[in-house]
Amino acid sequence: MLTIGLSHYLTVAGILFTLGVFGIFLNRKNVIIIMMSIELILLAVNINFVAFSHFLGDLNGQVFTMFVLTVAAAEAAIGLAIVVVFFRNRGTIAVEDVNRMKG
Amino acid sequence: MHAAIVFLPLLGSAIAGLFGRVIGDKAAQLITSILVGISAALSVVVFIDVVEAGHTLTVPLMNWIVSGDFNVAWSLRFDTLTAVMLIVVNGVSCMVHFYSIGYMHHDPSVPRFHSYLSLFTFAMLMLVTADNLVQLFFGWEGVGVASYLLIGFWYEKPSASAAAIKAFVVNRVGDFGFALGIFGVFMLFGTVQFDPIFAGAGAKAHTVLHLFGRDWNAITICCLLLFVGAMGKSAQLGLHTWLPDAMEGPTPVSALIHAATMVTAGVFMVARMSPLFEFSDTALTVVTIVGACTAIFAATIGCVQNDIKRIIAYSTCSQLGYMFFALGVSAYPAAIFHLFTHAFFKALLFLGAGSVIHAMSDEQDIRRMGGIWKHIPLTYSLMFVGSLALAGIPPFAGYYSKDTILEAAWGAGTPVGHASYVVGVLAAFLTAFYSWRLIIVAFHGKPRADEHVMAHVHESPLIMTVPLMVLAAGAVFAGVLGHEYFVGEDMEHFWSKAILILDKHEAIHAAHHVPTLISLLPTVAGALGIGLAYVMYMFVPSLPGLLARLLPGVHKFVLNKWYFDELYDFLFVRPSFRIGRAFWQGGDGALIDGVGPDGVAAATRDIAKRVGALQSGYLYHYAFAMLIGVAAFVTWYIVKVG
Amino acid sequence: MIEGLVFYLFAAITVASGVMVVSSRNPVYSVLWLILAFFNAAGLFLLLGAEFLAMVLVIVYVGAVAVLFLFVVMLLDINYLRLREGFMQYMPVGALIGAILVVELLMVYGGWRFADEAPLSVATRTPDPTVISNTDALGRLLYTDYAFLFQAAGLVLLVAMVGTIMLTHRTRTGVRKQVIAKQNARTKESSVEIVKVTSGGGI
Repeated sequence: MLTIGLSHYLTVAGILFTLGVFGIFLNRKNVIIIMMSIELILLAVNINFVAFSHFLGDLNGQVFTMFVLTVAAAEAAIGLAIVVVFFRNRGTIAVEDVNRMKG
Repeated sequence: MHAAIVFLPLLGSAIAGLFGRVIGDKAAQLITSILVGISAALSVVVFIDVVEAGHTLTVPLMNWIVSGDFNVAWSLRFDTLTAVMLIVVNGVSCMVHFYSIGYMHHDPSVPRFHSYLSLFTFAMLMLVTADNLVQLFFGWEGVGVASYLLIGFWYEKPSASAAAIKAFVVNRVGDFGFALGIFGVFMLFGTVQFDPIFAGAGAKAHTVLHLFGRDWNAITICCLLLFVGAMGKSAQLGLHTWLPDAMEGPTPVSALIHAATMVTAGVFMVARMSPLFEFSDTALTVVTIVGACTAIFAATIGCVQNDIKRIIAYSTCSQLGYMFFALGVSAYPAAIFHLFTHAFFKALLFLGAGSVIHAMSDEQDIRRMGGIWKHIPLTYSLMFVGSLALAGIPPFAGYYSKDTILEAAWGAGTPVGHASYVVGVLAAFLTAFYSWRLIIVAFHGKPRADEHVMAHVHESPLIMTVPLMVLAAGAVFAGVLGHEYFVGEDMEHFWSKAILILDKHEAIHAAHHVPTLISLLPTVAGALGIGLAYVMYMFVPSLPGLLARLLPGVHKFVLNKWYFDELYDFLFVRPSFRIGRAFWQGGDGALIDGVGPDGVAAATRDIAKRVGALQSGYLYHYAFAMLIGVAAFVTWYIVKVG
Repeated sequence: MIEGLVFYLFAAITVASGVMVVSSRNPVYSVLWLILAFFNAAGLFLLLGAEFLAMVLVIVYVGAVAVLFLFVVMLLDINYLRLREGFMQYMPVGALIGAILVVELLMVYGGWRFADEAPLSVATRTPDPTVISNTDALGRLLYTDYAFLFQAAGLVLLVAMVGTIMLTHRTRTGVRKQVIAKQNARTKESSVEIVKVTSGGGI
């Protein structure tokens, strides 16, 4: 138990991933929570990559984590910009009110 | 030349039918009438050739069905039986064609009428010249179709349409039996051609058919089934309900089809199949019983009818009964002789009735006629002649043929034969009675129509009276002239191979040796009938009403045609409609449409609506769906691969 | 042993922070919990010997992205009292799905074993950290083998920047902005008016 192996890190990442997914659809409060849940998911993925990189002895995992980080930042920026514009137009960011695409 | 007899009417029918509107009414009438006339002339030539010179022949035309053992070819057979029928069919058809030129003058669809008449003639000719059962059936069905078309000629009248359908459907029942009979014959003989069947009938006389757990004589079964077809076509008891309603058609149609030709097809068929029927005493007995019952049954109803055409229609039905019980006692020549003479005087009576209707401005109820014999003397006298022939008064045609039948019935010596004789004499009495009832009520007494109608009473034009006179000549002389050949000393030479009579069936020969009383009784009965009619309708006019009031039950029973129509309606018509409706609404509507097109459409709409609800527009719904998808995918992957 | 304890500490706080991010009532609190989660994840990275990435996580993720989140949350002035309805509606099904997912992930991760030839097929061998530091190694890899992707990542960031500005930019009325072209196009006639003024009279 105390000898930390790959499985431990992967478990943590898995739990974080599930939490992130939970956060996306369980929350009805506001869209920002969704964005933050996405960050959690990406964090879980990063942990996975780095763990594998360490235990396989492959540096590529960390390179890829860097790229994930980059893209996550870009995505967060644009997502928040959209939220701001949406709020300007609708006056609310409650998830229930994001329903103009109703078919 | 022989083929021309059969196909000239078809040519006329095609020309009038397809080009009638182009060539005009007059041309259509003339072309069809002339072509049938040529056919009639040729028939006389062929008759003389076949009978005098003995040149029976078969004219092969074309192959039809060649399928394994089943070979059917189109070929025309000319023997005495055919030659006699050719004279009857073509002669009456020619007269009717010419008569219709005058009678249907004011009709808007004259070419169609003449086309149908010629079509019918063609089909009937095919029937009588058939060399095999399938070709005969072709003609059989063809005359059924033509009858339907002609009865429903004025198709806008709902009663006419209904009558046409009734005729066709009741005929269909008979045809079903006929078809089964043909199948049976084929099964027994391996062929449907007449010559091999007739040759082999004797050998197969005792073949046994095992059906429904019992053993039956095969030939009896086949003959009975064929007879069912004859019952339908010739309106015998049970399948007779269509004949009175068929009077909805124009009068020339009634004259041609329902007096002289189509209804006699059944008689012809049984006579043609005589080599087969001779070997089944059961079938012959059945034929006799049915014929006798029909004769008396129709005669009783004819006594109380008020429509001029219906009286004559029931008279036809009754006379057909005579012909059938003649066939039943193996007196085929007598039956055909009666068919021959009956064609003349019955067509005469119908066409005469047509003249009366025409004169009375389309009035058909005899209670609204009366007192017109001085205005239309020619029609009157011709109808008088026809009635004399019908009643069997010597020396007119009917006397010879009807008397021969009754003598043969007695001469058969069997209980059925004797019973048929008694029934026949009774029917003869009633026949004379209602014929004179018709003449007296329609022509004599005080006029019961209004002045407007009476002012219009006029003799028919020549185009209509000349055919009447030709037919009257036949009604007068056919019996005297034909007696020797058809049923007299010259019988064997006349018929030669066309009809087979086994030696044990001696009815027709015994007919000449019956006691004098037996041969005189029918004539006496006829005279009594005429006398009673004069008493009841001329001298003591209150008598009929009194009789009806004394026997109300009997009167009502007979007036309603022995309630046959009501019985059939209850037994067959209403259940059929009910079943049809059930299948239509329940089966087709609810089941097939409901599950099929409508069901699929409704289900599609329903499912689409539900699926559409998935497009809620809420992001987290979509995310949720994706998550469920991922979870399912991973689970499946772990279970499958892991 | 220390390593184990430290790992469990970092892991527990990360997970707890994750839970709080999702279920916190106040969105500002959610952001703060997120920041805590990032810090502890950085700690995990350190344990894994990826110190460069750990620092990048703190600097970029916490310092930039999470702060951005905080800015936006503050900017939007959300009435958080009115929120929080309807949480429970999807709880049962969601919980079920989540539980299934977790169980499956744990099944896979728990029994993880490397294939025998895995260590042999390593693409880039991690150099000995005592010889070359993690940052150095990453740098050597990034600017040579992955130079193209590195530039591409830079382009992605550029596009994101341009996009964000374009999305949120709005023209407000009443704001005086310079339009150089208009300034240059001014003519003497449209901008200067000579008025004869009488002495002491004013305009």
